This record gives sequence, structure tokens and C-alpha cells, in this order.
Amino acid sequence: MKTVKELFKNNIREYGMLIALIVIMVLFQVLTKGTLMKPVNLTNLLLQNSYIIIMAVGMLLIIITGWVDLSVGSVVGFIGAVAAVLIVRYDFNVYLTILISLGIGGLIGMWQGFWVAYQKIPPFIVTLAGMLIFRGLTLALLEGESVGPFPAEFQKIAAGFIPDFFNYPGFHVTSVVLGAILCVALIFLDIRSRKNNLKYDFEVSPMPLFIGKNVLITGAIMGLTILMASYKGLPNVLILMMVLIAIYTFIADQTVLGRRIYAMGGNEKAAKLSGVNTPRLLFLTFVNMGLLSALAGMVFAARLNSATPKAGNGFELDVIAACYIGGASASGGIGTVIGAVVGAFIMGVMNNGMSILGINIDWQQVIKGMVLLLAVFFDVYNKNKNG
Amino acid sequence: MSEVILEMRNITKTFPGVKALDNVNFSVERGEIHALVGENGAGKSTLMKVLSGVYPHGTYEGEIFFEGKECRFSDIKHSEDIGIVIIHQELALIPFLSIAENIYLGNERQKNGVMNWRETVSGTRELLKKVGLYESPNTLITNIGVGKQQLVEIAKALSKEVKLLILDEPTASLNEHDSQALLALLLQLKANGISSVLISHKISEVSQVADSITILRDGATIETLDSHKDQISEDRIIRGMVGRDLTHRFPPREPNIGEVVFEVINWNVEHPIHPGRKVCDNINLTLRKGEVVGLSGLMGSGRTELAMSIFGRAYGRNIRGTVRKNGEEIDVSTISRAIKNGVAYATEDRKTYGLILIQDIKNNITLANLGDVTEGLVINTRKELRNTQDYRGKLNIKCSSILQKTLNLSGGNQQKVVLSKWLFANPDVLILDEPTRGIDVGAKYEIYTIINRLVTEGKSIILISSELPEILGICDRIYVMSEGKIAGEMLAKEASQEKIMKCIMSQEEVVA
Repeated sequence: MKTVKELFKNNIREYGMLIALIVIMVLFQVLTKGTLMKPVNLTNLLLQNSYIIIMAVGMLLIIITGWVDLSVGSVVGFIGAVAAVLIVRYDFNVYLTILISLGIGGLIGMWQGFWVAYQKIPPFIVTLAGMLIFRGLTLALLEGESVGPFPAEFQKIAAGFIPDFFNYPGFHVTSVVLGAILCVALIFLDIRSRKNNLKYDFEVSPMPLFIGKNVLITGAIMGLTILMASYKGLPNVLILMMVLIAIYTFIADQTVLGRRIYAMGGNEKAAKLSGVNTPRLLFLTFVNMGLLSALAGMVFAARLNSATPKAGNGFELDVIAACYIGGASASGGIGTVIGAVVGAFIMGVMNNGMSILGINIDWQQVIKGMVLLLAVFFDVYNKNKNG
Repeated sequence: MSEVILEMRNITKTFPGVKALDNVNFSVERGEIHALVGENGAGKSTLMKVLSGVYPHGTYEGEIFFEGKECRFSDIKHSEDIGIVIIHQELALIPFLSIAENIYLGNERQKNGVMNWRETVSGTRELLKKVGLYESPNTLITNIGVGKQQLVEIAKALSKEVKLLILDEPTASLNEHDSQALLALLLQLKANGISSVLISHKISEVSQVADSITILRDGATIETLDSHKDQISEDRIIRGMVGRDLTHRFPPREPNIGEVVFEVINWNVEHPIHPGRKVCDNINLTLRKGEVVGLSGLMGSGRTELAMSIFGRAYGRNIRGTVRKNGEEIDVSTISRAIKNGVAYATEDRKTYGLILIQDIKNNITLANLGDVTEGLVINTRKELRNTQDYRGKLNIKCSSILQKTLNLSGGNQQKVVLSKWLFANPDVLILDEPTRGIDVGAKYEIYTIINRLVTEGKSIILISSELPEILGICDRIYVMSEGKIAGEMLAKEASQEKIMKCIMSQEEVVA
């Protein structure tokens, strides 16, 4: 029987960042004297980071292939501008605008994917060009000024909450029910994979630890949902994020597409010689990134309730940092969707906590930079130690 | 004979969980070629790393004496300073620097940080003459072949006033001709009083040049043979390495050859960078059911290029010709189509082209045929595990679990994973490119057994190999390639090493 200490050591890379997130949350909860976990602030925290997380999911796939996309911040600005101009200036229907914006996002992805995958231009250069091109187009489209406000329908994307079917005053019952369903689903999946592993004689964690882990996760999810239920319930954008996380985790872990992306990132030449169409795969990851950037662009515009020329400035760095903090490898082939999401929350909680504490934006950046460096160092250090 | 230049006494080196070297004693006399042989994992490389300071003093137990003085190396630089130079199997030259720049890298001819190019070039010229390499010192490394690169490495060692030269598998990627040239050079260095330690899997070379042979097995010295005193046969060396008699180096097989299943007709391939230069020139070959056909020839004769161009145009441009299976033309224009049509190619370079080293055995095996373990778009993990466990057993892959990363497997086991991958793709025609390169005698035997089993099951195999005994021992029929052409075809039972070499030479004369 393995000791708890050994188990902890073996799984430190898997759970390390999650533990770091919890530590950071507890730290700021204490430092801000309880403000961090207040329902209003918690909801805000989610809304503030939603667009980063949406993009981190797409960026992770690109990072797994071994590259990065530097243009996502500019694409966020450009799509926000497109949506604003269509709705505010030309009175387009909101849903039609959403479809058009996603379409343009897809086209942007195809444009970059074409250069990267079929013309073999390094993605760093293609997306650096994209960063300039789409920022310039944003300025041109908005003629240098902010365009807004949006109709309520559009704002709901980022600022709305899911409807309550129970009508219990002061408490959002539907949210809690959804949280409970999520918990049951997670426990079910975990039991199933444990059974599978046992069947093939693979190592599993001892029963008490397994139960402990599930109790902890259930407790955390229910705690957070109950907190948010006491405010306005779960935001629409949280549901959107959960769905995306679930879909992309599934794609990465369970599908042929995911397996091939990891294979390509691990060794492109070997993957190619095993019949994987690597250019098409690279093309698809960029198209996907374009779509998700467009989605993030709309969420961000809806949250600000206007499109501004500077919208999305520097987002690419937050998104890339989230993936690396979450354990993705800069040389490709390694990384998880959940890791990237945890990475994004680590950055988000620190932003939020430091703002509440009144730390200046300059020092915030210094601290965030240090955290990125230390997180990756921690990862590399562990890798070397475990051979 | 003469004095002892190097003596390693009771060297013990432990890694977490493994004793890599256990009380090893090893001594080299001045001016001799001393071969160090043993199976993969026997501890040869570890011993040489201890000697050259890669593992510094204090990380191992035991003593090293060089020219009578005790040495405690702290790093490689330290051991090089007193004249011990190691040339690794993977060459450490920088491709886009010139020969001269590479030779003096880290040891530049300079004054106050400013390069003295005249001395660099003239010094290089001297050194190149010594190793018999006639290239301009300004030629880029990338423009010369592996054989010549090996000579540059030796010239580099000479520039450091080497007294003891250690060569780790120097001929692993060389053809017969270049290997012979290299061995001749070693003999010449010996005449000039330079001792060398030769690590090699190629027993024939060892018995050809070595003065004495030390055999390591499982981290311990088994014996040291003196080739001037004892009559040493190759079988004698192998017996010492594996600790048992290998009565047959090649497992026997009762050939059961059927109809022609695979034909390559008028196949032409041009060089990918230099259009117009023909790498494969009007090649025709046939393959029968249950047959092992050897593709012999020197490095650069177009064997690998032929195989890769057939396998989904993975090499070359302007490819023309037809491929037929069971009499009908098949489409091999992309790799996935080639796989779908029952053709598979296992690469000669498993680390660069064969495996995804950071992934586990399971993922590597199923990669080329994920469709077989997929329902809809979703991978059926249970089925995948069951299938890969199967191959682990069938091919005897030694690992802690199929979830072990392929990075941590030995060369022989990595090769078995590559083979499993292609067997899982279920091809009718399997092209194996140097399947036993750099793996030990025991694992080689296992690979041969697998080849035999496959053809007995009715598959057909094209075997590319630089080792003539292997081609002769395993194949039913042999094609000899030279200068991009088929120079000859013969039945294995009528062939001999001399016949094959003659065939290659006659083609070269025609070209010249």
C-alpha cells in the first residue's frame, strides 16, 4: 500500500496547479477579509475571466501542436467591432449578427491556417502579422471611436443569468439543481474510469483517497453554486464555458481528432509517417481558434456594452500564460483543457484579489509575470526530478 | 607487451533502483585497439561516461588511472585536457558551420577573442590529411555524408592531442565501404601510438581490428580476450555477450512462397531539392506472398528513398510509375491511402520518424490505425487496451505497463513498438528499413523470429539492411541496389557477400 505522501508526490503535476489555485484563493480570501468569496465578487470574477477561458481552450490545442497564436487579442477587438457596427449602425438582427461574427471568426482562422499549414510560414510570424492586421482593421471599422450601446438581447450573452424555474425568493434554486446534476455526473464518470482501470490492473488511488477526492470536488462545486445562487444564480456565460470545457475535454481525450493533435505535437514527422494528415490538422486548430476568438470577442463586447478600438489588447498574453501555467509544454504534445482553465483562474483570482487590495496595475503585472515563471519552473523542475 | 595507459578499477555506478556497473575492471594498453562489446544495457556507454567525466568523480565508486596517475574528472573538458576524447554515436557537429569551424569549436584558434582564420584553415587542412578526408575546410557539415562527418569528428579529436580515443558505435550508420575506411584509419592511428576503445555491435569489425576484446554483461566484466593469443571466432564473442550458445543467429524457416502479390513497375523518383536528379531510376520489383525480399546496397544507393516514395510519396518529387497489388493498380499517393491499401513502412530512424517518445506504448501502437478501435468519432479505450496488451505479449515488449512512455524503453523494445504499430495496421506488404539497427543480439533474434512468423502467416516483407549477413540469413530473394538502379537480383541460397558486393561494384563502374 502506498503512503499518502508518495501518492501526492506522484500526482503533484496533475494536482499541483489545482492546489496552487486553492492556496491562492484562500490567501486572497484572508487578505481581502472575505470579499473575494462574496457572491457578487465571485460572479464578477467569472464574468471577468470568461473570455480568457473561452480562448484558452482553443489556444491549448494550438500549443499542443507546438505553436502559439498571437493574433487572438486583435481578433477579439475586430469581432466586437464587427458586431457593434452591424447592430448599432446598421440595425442588424442580434442572432444574425452572432452567426455572421462567428462566420468571420472562422474565415480569419482559415486565413491564418492557410498560411501556416499549406504555405509553411511559421505561426509565430503569421499570427504576428494577424495581430497587426486585425488591430488595424478594428481601428478602421470603428473610425477610432467606441460604438455602443448594444440592445439588451445582445448584452445577455455576457451579463445575463439563467432563468429560475422555482421562484423561491432570494435564492436561485435552478442553479443549485444544475450544480447537483453536475456533481452526480462527475462522480459517475470517475467511478466508471476507476472500474475500467481496475479491470486492466492499472494503478488506482486507494479507496479512502478516491472517496475523499470526490467529496472535496462535490463540496467545492456545491459550495460555489450555493454562494452564487444567493445572488443572481449562474451566469449564462458560465454555462457556455462549462459546455465548451466539456466538449473540448471530450475531443482531446476521447476522439481520434484529439489523439492525432497530441501525436502531431509529440512528433510531427512520426505522426505524418503514420498516416496523419498533419497540415489539415494544423489548419483545423487555427479555424477553431478563430471561431473561439470570435465568441470571446462577442462576450467581451457584450460585457463592456460597446466596442472600443483597444478592446482585447494584450489578451493573447493572458491566454497563452493560462495554458502554460496550466501545465502545457512549450515544445508541444503536452497539456490538458482543465489545466488551461485552472491556469486562467489562477491569473483571474490574482487579478481580482490584487485589485480589491488596491495594488497598482504596475505591480500586478510584475507579480503575474513572476507567477508565470515560477509555475513553469515548477513544472520543469518536477519533470527533471522524476526523469 | 607495452605499458598500460588506462586502468579502471572496481568501478561501481548505481542509478536509483539499478546497479548499472558492478565492480568493473577495464584496462587499455598503449597503442592498442581495445573493443568493448556487450548487449544493449550491458553498461558499455555508462562505463565510457564514467571514463570521460560525464558522470563526475564522486558519483561512482572505484578508481581511474591514466598514464599511471589517478584521475578525478569533474567534467568532459577535464578528461579531454589530458587526452581522453569520446566520439558519441549521435555526432555532435553543427550542420551549418564549416568543417574548420566545427573542428576548432570550443578550442578556437584565436587571439583576444578574435578568430585567426588562417591558422584555423591551415590547421584543419593538416588534420584532414591525417584522417584521409579530401574536402575543403570551408565545406559545410550539412553538405558531406555521415561517413565523412565521422572522419571530421576524429580530426576534431586529433586537434585536441588525443591519446585515448573512444568511439561509440562509429559504424552504426555507415555503409560497408565507409566502415572499412574508418577501421583502416583506426589501424593507422594505432601505428602512430594512439590507443582507441571501440564500442560496437558489429562483431565482424571487432574481430577484424581489435587487439583485445572486453566483454560486459549485465554491468559486470565477463572476460577480456587477447586476439593475438587466442583464436577468437565470432560465435565465441557472441557466446560471451549473451551468456549462452546461439547456435543459429538466424532462426530457421521453411519457406512457403505463393503468387506474386506486389509489383512496382517503372518507378522513377527525383531528388526533393535538386529536381532532375534521379534517386530511383526505372525500378521494377516483385514480391510474392509469404516471401522476404531483401533490398541490399550501400548507403545512399536509393533503398530508403525507394521505400518511402512508394509509401505515400513520403520522399521525393516527380514520382512516376505504378504499384500493383494482386494484379490491380493501387493508389499510394498519400500515406493514409498507402496504409489503407495494405502497405506499411517501418522507418530506419525510430526515434525521429517512428515513435512519439513522450507518449505511451498504447498510443504509439494504435496511431496508424485508430479506426480499428474507434466507434463513430470516439476511441473505445477498452478495446484499445485489450489490443495493445495483446501485442505486448505477442512481441514480448519488456515494459512495466503499456502505459509506460516509449522514451524509457530500450532500443530493441522501441523497435518492437514500431513493429506492433505496423502490424496493428494489418498490412499485406510490410517494408522494414534497418529493423535491427543499434539493437543487441538477443533482441535481433526476436525481431527475426517475428519476421518469420509474419511471412508464415502469409504476409510479404521487403527488408532493407546494410548488414549483409542479415540479408543473407533472413531473405528468400535479394535485390541489389546501386546508384538508384536495381543492379542485380538473386536467390538468397545462391548469393554470398562477395557476390552482392561485386554486383554493387559493377554497377558503379557502369555509371562511372
